[in-house]
Amino acid sequence: MGQVVKDSTLGEPRFKARGIDKHFGPVQALTKVDLDLYAGQVTALCGDNGAGKSVLTKCIAGIYEIDHGQFFWEGNPVHIRTPRDAAKLGIETVYQDLALADNLDIVQNMFLGRERMRNGLLNEDDMERAASTTLAELRVTTVRSIRQPVASLSGGQRQSVAVAKAVMWNSKLVMLDEPTAALGVVQTKQVLDLIRRLRDRGLAVMVISHNLNDVFEVADRIAVVHLGRMVTQGNASEFDRQTAVDYMTTGASSRAGQQASSEGVKSGPR
Amino acid sequence: MARAEAPETAHDPTAAATAATLEVPPELMAQSLGEWLRAWLTRIRSGDSGVLPVILALLIITIVFQAISPHNVFLSAGNLVNLFQQSAVFMVLAMGEIFVILLGEIDLSIGYAGGVGAAITVQLVQPATAKWPWWAAVIAGLVVCVAIGALQGSLVTRLRLSSLIVTLAGLLIWQGTMLIILGLAFSGYPSLAGLDSNRQVLYNLMNGTIDPTISWIAAGVIVIAIAALLWFGDSRRRRSGLVAPPVSLTIIKIALIALIAIAVVAICNVNRAAFGTLAGVPWVIPIVLAVFGLWTMILQRTKFGRYVYAIGGNPEAARRAGINLAGVRTLCFIICSFTAGVGLLLYASYLGGMSGNVNGGQLVLYAIASVVLAGTSLFGGRGRVIHAILGGLVIGGIYNGMGLLGLDVRWQFIVTGLVLLVAITIDSLSRRSATSGSAARV
Repeated sequence: MGQVVKDSTLGEPRFKARGIDKHFGPVQALTKVDLDLYAGQVTALCGDNGAGKSVLTKCIAGIYEIDHGQFFWEGNPVHIRTPRDAAKLGIETVYQDLALADNLDIVQNMFLGRERMRNGLLNEDDMERAASTTLAELRVTTVRSIRQPVASLSGGQRQSVAVAKAVMWNSKLVMLDEPTAALGVVQTKQVLDLIRRLRDRGLAVMVISHNLNDVFEVADRIAVVHLGRMVTQGNASEFDRQTAVDYMTTGASSRAGQQASSEGVKSGPR
Repeated sequence: MARAEAPETAHDPTAAATAATLEVPPELMAQSLGEWLRAWLTRIRSGDSGVLPVILALLIITIVFQAISPHNVFLSAGNLVNLFQQSAVFMVLAMGEIFVILLGEIDLSIGYAGGVGAAITVQLVQPATAKWPWWAAVIAGLVVCVAIGALQGSLVTRLRLSSLIVTLAGLLIWQGTMLIILGLAFSGYPSLAGLDSNRQVLYNLMNGTIDPTISWIAAGVIVIAIAALLWFGDSRRRRSGLVAPPVSLTIIKIALIALIAIAVVAICNVNRAAFGTLAGVPWVIPIVLAVFGLWTMILQRTKFGRYVYAIGGNPEAARRAGINLAGVRTLCFIICSFTAGVGLLLYASYLGGMSGNVNGGQLVLYAIASVVLAGTSLFGGRGRVIHAILGGLVIGGIYNGMGLLGLDVRWQFIVTGLVLLVAITIDSLSRRSATSGSAARV
């Protein structure tokens, strides 16, 4: 899949985190974490359960406030203290539970909290047009009607709606938390295709996953956290399954630096 | 399982189409009336029957009571107007309750919260004491209802107390308060009967009638206005390629509304007095329609209404969307109490005064029964204002019909309870079969 691009040619990352610390009471959840997210690149954030993936994501999304460290947006230092701060920069998060209201239809969900108005009343026509344009751009074509309630959608379609909702606001960085965790084979493929289309639109995409199949399928870059520390990050081609698993389980890899071949990617043990 | 996967496999058009007809409201997919009817039937068979059961219940009640009521008086003009007046109180209370039920909360206090407002209004227009003009007295009563709603809503949202308990306490507190207000300065209970025009206005809310000619003109204007809105709205959406019902369906909807309006005005314009003349649409009908229209618009066409549904469906999604949950919730409790104030004012007008015997506990249960038996979910997120109208008519119909049969209140209680039980059992069973079919959906 994606062509390998050297970091130097990518220029300045759209989003940088430097030396991020976060603790909850006596528990140190993140220790001096650095992270680079580039425009037009899918970065996979990997790690075992409890490694700190979700905490890091929630810090970037403004749900948790960081203790130490600095975020940079397009090179400039920024403070993200609330979800609103993140939204202002163009950071959108698709959480694992998707946060869709089952009883509302697709249009209503996509505009929830940011409805368009005309004369003090909801401007349904305008919202419906905009929502269907966005879905068409992302080539989400399997839904029968844009006015059907979300309750009647399949898992893949729901994920697609949640992603479409996130990219509708001229967002520049989209973070997806375990986007394929609950999906079957066909639907997973659908969602991975959607992620590629986000990248092709020039968005910075971060996918949180511990499904290595998906990671190697879609990621241009891989970042691995282990026990709250960023143990490695780099081009996806620098990893194979074994090194990724080593990093995720032990925080280091004896094979690190060795050249990982595409054959290793395919046949490595799970 | 095959059905759940079907929308994914677009190359299998028949399977996808079946899945769509089962799960997508028919008006979204149909291009013609025939298609719409077929989709609608499929949907009913799959368990999502909308307001159909409550309309069937209304039909059954009508047929049964018409057959067994003495001299077949049930469908006489006089009784139908009386039935609507009786139902009006349940309808208005139910239209308030629905805001709270849509959140997945409940308000048990509205019978007496509204009673406090109505008692204040009636006391304030008494010529012997306060002598307030009727409009000022109405505003004072409703303001108190708003305050009650704000208080209870704040307790539920800010202190996170259970709405069931807060409003149960309210039920007792406001009953006591109402009795205290009614006991002020009078040995008897304050009455609305009297020759002074001030009290006459309040008495006429329920009992006054609009001149038959004016009734026809007003009904015509309202129907034309609604028809124009529907017609131009739907055709604009069709032109811009948005989801819209077929032309024939729009025409049928308009025809149905016109038919109902003609029937209501025609019935009300029949002379229903035993001696002299009593004809024309009673004031209570436009009052109920106004509440219905306003609350429907608020729930369907404003941000606030959208947020009410969102909170009822998924509060966490609403919170993440930046919606002020506490504010929306509190406002729902306020609207609920305010509407109850209107409802009890109508009740006071019906009774010709305010009495300490007003059973607010029973009124609220009838109001909840009305919306639930018409298809509103007690778990929140699902329901429409029209449910309050249809459910209120069912409850009012039973109440009225049993009265005609000379059966006393003991039997009314039992039959009303049974109807509610049957209605929600049918609803729950049909929905269970509908969801178990798509439970495999991932």
